[in-house]
Amino acid sequence: MIEFKDFIFYFLSFVLIASGLSVITSRNPVTAALSLVLAFFNAAGIWILLQAEFLAIALVLVYVGAVMVLFLFVVMMLDINFDKLREGFWDYLPMAGFIGVLMMVEMVLVFQTKKFNLSSFSDPISNISNTEMIGNTLYSNYVLPFELASVILLIAIVSAIALTLRDRKDSKKINSADQIAVKREDRVRLVQMKSEEKYIKPKVKKKT
Amino acid sequence: MNQLIQFDISLILPEIFVLSMAMAVLMTGLFIKPSLRWIMFALSQFTLLGSAYLTYQHFNHETQFAFSKMFVRDGLADLLKIMSYLGISIIFFYSRSYMKDRNLYCGEYFALVLFALLGMMIMISSHNMLLVYMGLELLSLCLYSLTALDRDNQKATESAIKYFVLGALASGFLLYGMSMIYGATSSLDFNVVSAVLLNQPTDHAILVLGLVFVVAGLAFKLGAVPFQMWVPDVYEGSPSSIAMLISSVPKLAAFAITVRILGEGLQSMMVDWKQMMLIMAVLSISIGNITAIAQTNIKRMYAYSTISHIGFILFGLMSGTLNGYASSLFYVVSYMFMTLVSFAMLIMMSRKNFECETLDDFKGLNRKNPWYAFLMLITMLSMAGIPPTIGFYAKFMVLQSAFDAGFSSFVVYAVMMALVGMFYYMRIVKLMYFDEPKLKNKLDIPMDMQWILSANALALLVTGFIPQTFMEAATQAVVLSLH
Repeated sequence: MIEFKDFIFYFLSFVLIASGLSVITSRNPVTAALSLVLAFFNAAGIWILLQAEFLAIALVLVYVGAVMVLFLFVVMMLDINFDKLREGFWDYLPMAGFIGVLMMVEMVLVFQTKKFNLSSFSDPISNISNTEMIGNTLYSNYVLPFELASVILLIAIVSAIALTLRDRKDSKKINSADQIAVKREDRVRLVQMKSEEKYIKPKVKKKT
Repeated sequence: MNQLIQFDISLILPEIFVLSMAMAVLMTGLFIKPSLRWIMFALSQFTLLGSAYLTYQHFNHETQFAFSKMFVRDGLADLLKIMSYLGISIIFFYSRSYMKDRNLYCGEYFALVLFALLGMMIMISSHNMLLVYMGLELLSLCLYSLTALDRDNQKATESAIKYFVLGALASGFLLYGMSMIYGATSSLDFNVVSAVLLNQPTDHAILVLGLVFVVAGLAFKLGAVPFQMWVPDVYEGSPSSIAMLISSVPKLAAFAITVRILGEGLQSMMVDWKQMMLIMAVLSISIGNITAIAQTNIKRMYAYSTISHIGFILFGLMSGTLNGYASSLFYVVSYMFMTLVSFAMLIMMSRKNFECETLDDFKGLNRKNPWYAFLMLITMLSMAGIPPTIGFYAKFMVLQSAFDAGFSSFVVYAVMMALVGMFYYMRIVKLMYFDEPKLKNKLDIPMDMQWILSANALALLVTGFIPQTFMEAATQAVVLSLH
């Protein structure tokens, strides 16, 4: 007899896998992004089952609330022909499928071992909440990686600006060096044509 | 508690200094006029000098830990860090006029290079897989954006995207492998991991799966075959000064994490990773040297030459002895100085609106600039491994340690491949000395670059006569750091 908890786990996992598949197979990018949101929600549900409530909430807040909304904006704003990007998706399937199946077999072999048996992990018994515990270790034992993560974010900001910031197009600023460097060919185009020839009306091409 | 923090901070002082100075350079770059940009250059050089002083002041042959044993200061770390400062400083000197000509001489360039240096320092000093990953990401992110810094150049952007996508994949591999090792040993700390592996029997299958992924990730970062696809494209696409950065100093950090993860953490799995290293080393040497012959673009040729050098470095690592690690350390440091000169030559011959990229550009260099042709000759001899230069001694030590570890037939093979590689190095010498010059204009090179380039290239020759001193320093650093 399946317990209620197990039932919830299987239900969430099923929806998670199904929405994951829909992310990579759906033709419409908006559908794909929304499927990813669904996948995140289900993963958060599984984490709650594991009593990792902080991670679950962080996942929903950060990924669903911020990252995916931004991503949806990008998908809707940019005029990208996704059908063209998807060209050859099925051509790669045999090779990709082979590698995928190979990896899956390897992983199943490894995860079957005793080390990853669920019974070897006992339920954590403590009165401190998850959030408090993470906070305590993050700011004591893991303070150095934590600070480095902030440096990585700083670099992300700096490089995003360095790679995209350009002068405003409507700015009236003049670069004198560019003006001096201008050659005649840049501004004037000389076209040779016979003066006496009459203007002949071009024939209208018939549609074939 | 307070004293503990003070002690931790005193160990990590060079990193803190580099970080704050990188931000200072970034801010300075925003507020100064383009004509005053030498200030950023001076500030960056001051940063390197200051952190070298801070590192040297605490230079300690004892192994000291900080931040709950995540961060380590030992002889190996200090030696590699000082070499990294030296390398970055030389890169700043070489790339000055090149970046000015291409309008890239901006605050972001200096700041990103200094941030990359910070990432390398963290990698070199990490004693925990989490910190290895943080340092690696710090370094890689800077390198991705530096590659694309010349943003109107379509080739540079394309190679940056390639580098980014493949680099992210490799980071994923590395992380996945680390998570497997964490699953098997319940720790990320190298000492704890090696102790658990020695004392408690754990499941071998999980560890091997983790090891495969870790080795694949490391091989990508080093650029060893079969994970070398990004190297030629990135070298070719990025501006020469950035390619010089990518090919030189980060290899020191990649060497450091390879030694620390495999030699220290996964020491007891040596039997497994030795075989993987052997395959990668043999493939890297052969594919690197043979493909380089077919290249007409000199940057691509350098890329394949890098791959073959990485193969030699792996030869030292796979012997698995302290002597092997020391000779690899010696090799990677001397490789850094060789590659710096070789790229500096490209930078020197490039002009505004002209990239020195093809082999033909070297034709008849001797006729116009005999001194620089001579410096290039030394570098090529050193890369090929001809006796009076440092390159010979480096190859000799690496192959000797592999020979002692019982890989004698592979050593013979490596020597033969080095002979094959001699062809494309000597082809440049032939073009310089025996062909008619193609470019007519005279080179005008800044004074500081002339002196540093000459010193750098002559050092390859001079140190070749007294390699024992440097080899002893490398051996000492390795012996004291990895017992």
